[in-house]
Amino acid sequence: MEKLRDFLRTQADGDLIAWQQQVSAAGSFGMTLSEVEGVILEMGLLPARYQRNRKTISTGQQLRIFRSHVAVIGCGGLGGYIIEELTRLGVGRITAVDPDVFEEHNLNRQLLSSTENLGQSKVEAAYLRAAKLNPAVILYPMKIAFGRLNGLELLQGVDIIVDALDSIPVRLELSEVSTALNVPMVHGAIGGWYGQVATQLPGEETMRKIYNRSIDGKGIEKGLGNPSFTPAVIASLQVAEVCKLILGMGTPLNNRTLHINLLDMEFDEIKY
Amino acid sequence: MNVTLKLFATFRTGRFTVETREYVQGKTVRDVIEELSLPEDDIGATLINGIHVEEECELKDADTLSIFPLVGGG
Repeated sequence: MEKLRDFLRTQADGDLIAWQQQVSAAGSFGMTLSEVEGVILEMGLLPARYQRNRKTISTGQQLRIFRSHVAVIGCGGLGGYIIEELTRLGVGRITAVDPDVFEEHNLNRQLLSSTENLGQSKVEAAYLRAAKLNPAVILYPMKIAFGRLNGLELLQGVDIIVDALDSIPVRLELSEVSTALNVPMVHGAIGGWYGQVATQLPGEETMRKIYNRSIDGKGIEKGLGNPSFTPAVIASLQVAEVCKLILGMGTPLNNRTLHINLLDMEFDEIKY
Repeated sequence: MNVTLKLFATFRTGRFTVETREYVQGKTVRDVIEELSLPEDDIGATLINGIHVEEECELKDADTLSIFPLVGGG
């Protein structure tokens, strides 16, 4: 390990380690890129890919992000953007859960879909995307439908759960599982020009309050569909919440829901 | 009594954004939902003066009733 540290010290440009050197260190010392990233950050050095983070996210904070494990439930409209942003942010481990494959009607908004991967599983696409963007990130692809029964096992050990589901009853099951695991959950939902975001900390019942009237499990999205920009907006707000929760910074969006209306460009907060 | 009604998202379509209406005492949130023909299945949050209320809740003079639709897509 000391030899690796010496190697990294000699290769550092200031405190930055170029990607090529990270790859070279992994090859020379028989380690994974993730393991090398951990050593770099623990030494107080910074993988050069994160240099534009550093005035917002310090190297110490980048290490906390690297050591975190975030689960994304649903890899469609919201999930695709969430996984993209978590991967670029440098979250060390991402569990991606979705049972579906890409279909043509996903192409208008789902970031991970393309004309080349129609028929491919969404979590496999997520895995390949993460490997391409940031191979130091470990993405666990789980091609399975999340539910109350498999939830505890599936999400054991994660630090934060991100709701990117498209079903209200399954969201409520996810909320139950997050409560049982004592893990915060960042909720997002979209429909047409509209969306909402909320963070539920352990012990809170925000999800039950939001959906206490739900009868058939769908909202306005059933009559509106979803255009390209709405999931991108809501997913980004969710990832900002995740980043804050990991770092213990700022004010989380808990005990309230932010409603976003992109048609009239209005943001309204509902408090509980 | 006068009550201000605020509608959000799709509930505005063909209706209004904000409107003040005159009602007799005893008017409930549910009465307003029915009066505006808002689909029951689509109702998300109902708030009076920013606080969550049930549909049975009665309105008072100078109240503001906000009605949000349910959003569930991903």
